[in-house]
Amino acid sequence: MEDARAAEQTVPALLVEDLSHSYGVREALRGVSLGVAPGSFTALLGVNGAGKTTLFNLVTGLFARRSGRIEVCGHDLRRAPRAALARLGVVFQSRALDANLTVAQNLAYMGALRGIGRRAALARGEELLDRIGLADRMGDKVRALSGGQSRRIEIAGSLLHRPALLLCDEPTVGLDVKSRRGIVDYVHALAADEGLGVLWATHLIDEIAPDDTVHVLHKGSVLATGSASEIGGAEGLSDAFLRMTGSEAA
Amino acid sequence: MSGWLTCAGGIVWREALRFVHQRGRFLAALVRPLVWLFIFAVGFRAVLGLPPMPPYPTYIHYEDYVVPGLCAMIQLFNGMQSSLSMVYDRETGAMRTLLVSPYPRWFLLVCKLAASVTVSLFQVYAFLLIAWAWGVEPPAWGFLTVLPALILSGMLLGAIGLFLSSVIRQLENFAGVMNFVIFPMFFASSALYPLWRIREGSVLLHDIALFNPFTHCVELIRFALYLDVEWVSLAAVAGTTALFLGAAILAYDPARGIMARRGGRG
Repeated sequence: MEDARAAEQTVPALLVEDLSHSYGVREALRGVSLGVAPGSFTALLGVNGAGKTTLFNLVTGLFARRSGRIEVCGHDLRRAPRAALARLGVVFQSRALDANLTVAQNLAYMGALRGIGRRAALARGEELLDRIGLADRMGDKVRALSGGQSRRIEIAGSLLHRPALLLCDEPTVGLDVKSRRGIVDYVHALAADEGLGVLWATHLIDEIAPDDTVHVLHKGSVLATGSASEIGGAEGLSDAFLRMTGSEAA
Repeated sequence: MSGWLTCAGGIVWREALRFVHQRGRFLAALVRPLVWLFIFAVGFRAVLGLPPMPPYPTYIHYEDYVVPGLCAMIQLFNGMQSSLSMVYDRETGAMRTLLVSPYPRWFLLVCKLAASVTVSLFQVYAFLLIAWAWGVEPPAWGFLTVLPALILSGMLLGAIGLFLSSVIRQLENFAGVMNFVIFPMFFASSALYPLWRIREGSVLLHDIALFNPFTHCVELIRFALYLDVEWVSLAAVAGTTALFLGAAILAYDPARGIMARRGGRG
């Protein structure tokens, strides 16, 4: 098991090659290629409608890919979907926790979906919540938590099975500045400390650190790839992004 | 193998927890058939005389006749309720969380179905107990022999709900399900009157009822409750269950189904 984990550190957590997708005649993704290295925080930067959610739906197998290649930790999503899905954790844009159930009940359910028994899921959940100072909220109903807290719990829930790749599709939507900052810092720390590859879709420049890898996605195509500071250059990432996409302030 | 069981158990457990938390839902699920039993059936008793007919060994009261239909009605509403919660789950992230589980999609959907059937069994048995107290007394063993029939009919009605959840695009469209699925299925069936009675009124309606899978759910439950098997209904229910479950699995398939036809926002 440890050997397998060590071997995973040498292959990309996510590899996407020449991926295209269309809804009828509307082309949502055009020849997209990108990678996420283990232990890296990789931002997928794009305005609404750029194709970020489509890419996530393809990588998570919610949509079937018709062209190109997707590999999670070296497992081809088409040929070995179970092995690929087992190595990834996902936080979608829309809230997934059941507000009427307690944090513990939600975590037990999320663990069960990954084949983890209740006791093991709760032990791991407590360990993860402890790190974000929410371990004492296990018995509370999700309804009683703030938006930022429930979001962090959702992220913790997606890590119960110790994935190698974490996909976050604009997880800070609708949160205040402080909660957003807390979540962004938390996920950056997860990438650094646990060797987790993170693909973080966003349209908010301030969520990206200078050393993060950035893929600028616009109208279904990757316009630029590099570290945030490389892409931003002298003008800064925000101005560079606006220039590339020709869009209004993001 | 234990991972599969854990996954199945988790899905069923979540559905049961949600049901327990929605006390209004449990109450509504019980009150609906009880209104039919306490009010409609009592009034109807005088109008409709029922001669001995299988599976009943002797003359029966109308209440005795209508109870199996009401059991199936509970399951019908429950199946549609599950369908509603699937559509709701799809609008939140809960459905996605379910579908990115590494277990195969057919397995996840069957677990969802099993969860819905489990919840419906609690409702039906609670109703049967109240009906017993009201004087509807099938053979005591009937409570046991009706279980497989209830599981099968619950599977069919849940599978119809599952299929509908895949074709309903928005939560708002759910009212249409009430008008176009629940009411026609219930009224054009043998739930309230025997088929031969319907035939006396309208041959066409009789034929429609005969091909209505809900009729066969009702008859399967009716015979099982009286320690008998209605083989035609058994085959009809099993066949249509396979059909609707297959259609639902196909509809949720990423290559063909609803998910793929929809555009993402980002």
